[in-house]
Amino acid sequence: MTGGLDARLVVERDGGFVLDISIEIEAGMTVALLGPNAAGKSTAVGALAGLIPLERGHIQLGDRVLDDPARGWFVVPEERHIGVVFQDYLLFPHQTVAQNVAFGVRGSRVQPGGSVSAWLDRLGLSELARRKPADLSGGQAQRVALARALITEPQLLLLDEPLAALDVTTRAQLRHILADHLRSFAGPRLLITHDPTEAFLLADRIHVIENGHITQVGTPEDIRLRPRTSYIADLAGSNLIEGVAADGVISVSGHTLTAADTKAQGPVLATIHPRAISIHRNHPEGSPRNTWQTVVRRIEHYGDRVRLQTSDPVPLTAEITPGATSALDIHEGDSVWVSIKATEVTMEPGSSVAAVAPSVDDAE
Amino acid sequence: MRVASSARSRRRPPLLLVILAGIGLALFVMPLIGLLFKAPWRDLPELLSGPTVADALRLSLLTSIAATGVAAIIGVPIAWLLARVEFPFRSVVRALVLLPLVLPPVVGGAALLFALGRRGVVGEPLNQATGLVLPFSTWGVVVAVTFVAMPFLIITVEGALRNLDTRYEGAAASLGAGQWTVLRRVTFPMIAPSLVAGLLLTWARALGEFGATITFAGNLQGRTQTLPLAVFVAMESDRDTAIALSLVMVAISLTVLIVLRDRWWGAS
Repeated sequence: MTGGLDARLVVERDGGFVLDISIEIEAGMTVALLGPNAAGKSTAVGALAGLIPLERGHIQLGDRVLDDPARGWFVVPEERHIGVVFQDYLLFPHQTVAQNVAFGVRGSRVQPGGSVSAWLDRLGLSELARRKPADLSGGQAQRVALARALITEPQLLLLDEPLAALDVTTRAQLRHILADHLRSFAGPRLLITHDPTEAFLLADRIHVIENGHITQVGTPEDIRLRPRTSYIADLAGSNLIEGVAADGVISVSGHTLTAADTKAQGPVLATIHPRAISIHRNHPEGSPRNTWQTVVRRIEHYGDRVRLQTSDPVPLTAEITPGATSALDIHEGDSVWVSIKATEVTMEPGSSVAAVAPSVDDAE
Repeated sequence: MRVASSARSRRRPPLLLVILAGIGLALFVMPLIGLLFKAPWRDLPELLSGPTVADALRLSLLTSIAATGVAAIIGVPIAWLLARVEFPFRSVVRALVLLPLVLPPVVGGAALLFALGRRGVVGEPLNQATGLVLPFSTWGVVVAVTFVAMPFLIITVEGALRNLDTRYEGAAASLGAGQWTVLRRVTFPMIAPSLVAGLLLTWARALGEFGATITFAGNLQGRTQTLPLAVFVAMESDRDTAIALSLVMVAISLTVLIVLRDRWWGAS
């Protein structure tokens, strides 16, 4: 029986940095810890894995308490049963792929028919079993790291920037494969990332971490539509649109968007930054390729910015200044024109996780 | 006005520097040449098979290998503690450990005698308790040689441990490996090249040790007379044997250098 994770992590680091976050993850659920560099994400990984002891707080995994400084309780890393896919994967360079995967197995013999070869098989690594990590591509190394962590049958799966070491195209492909493996893991899963797209597509719930503290918790939808800090608004508040591309035209549920990029074909994920969207009272003049009329559903103020949510045909979030809002005299329910330049529509191959059929090949 | 250009940087180096460097190089090369010219090549097999030489060679191999083994067992833990554990007076401990590198070996041998000699601070109770007498014994040679050679192992291994990314050890721990397993399966294999280099350097230094050995263990053929001691004695009486023994040591030293070439001089 796998249980969830219930943790409050308080760690003070040299230089006055304090990490103080709470995370709860039910079994079968993926939570993303999303935040910029130096926000404390690595410290959180270290604390959960037992490499950095807590100052205060607690870590409970299922019915086991792993760290509770108030009661003087601390479980050493090797007895935590937490599977970690480390940033940069940290495959042991002196061992082959098979030896790496076998590392966490008691009496780790690489026997045919044993669990090691079963896991190599499952992640499509059988052909690479005798290679050394230096001879692997980023995607292959990631799968070895996953197999190495999962073979120990951990009670929590911790992924620290699992895609950061990959180039952009590989990243998009591997995101889907990673999603499949996440789904097949029954326990709680924690994804540490600085990439909002990764968090949106892989996580059921997102914890945003900034400067050692959680600044927002919510579903990907919540975070995207109602970002609470300017960091989230900037990084995570982008519009993500699923569609099918053909020669620079993206079909989105009956509507079409024009993009400058004519190379992508098939299912794509288009991104439009809220500040790239212009709002007009009347049909705009000029060259924007994407122009349509819609209704303002919601207006929210964040200090020096205003975020508008528009409704059909393509629901979007746009960001304008308070000055522009009053100049245009816009209120919720008003009819407005939206325009977006084709160059502001960026896309990458793939669609959201749910729409992709499980696959193990990653076309490397 | 002077114009910097890539052509200028490629012009010939100053002549004076080349001459001075040439003199310096000659200092290293001349003794080797002298040795090769004076070598009694024809009688070499006979000279090297004499009883004195055979004893010295056997004793040198035995004590240098034993000293390297002892250094591995007690030196590697020192290196690990210096690299990984913060303890009070760590820099003082490091200075003590490295002292034999700069201390004249004769002084080291004398100090060992005062400490471990039959009337020594530690030697006397040790003798009374166990009957063990270190000075003027083969074990005494091992102690003296370890004292002088072990710092080479410690500095090499400590450096390697400091350069090792400790996250690998964390990864191993997260996979269920206890501290000993991590050391055995991750730490030591990952620093293996440095460990081997350090052991080889230690062994080479142990093989050549003279001052501390002769002061602490004396010069008894078959018991404490190692190769360098035999060379020293032979220089007084039998030059040809001295040269033959010297050639053996030059050959061993060159072999060590060749084995370590990637590490020390293959970088360019």
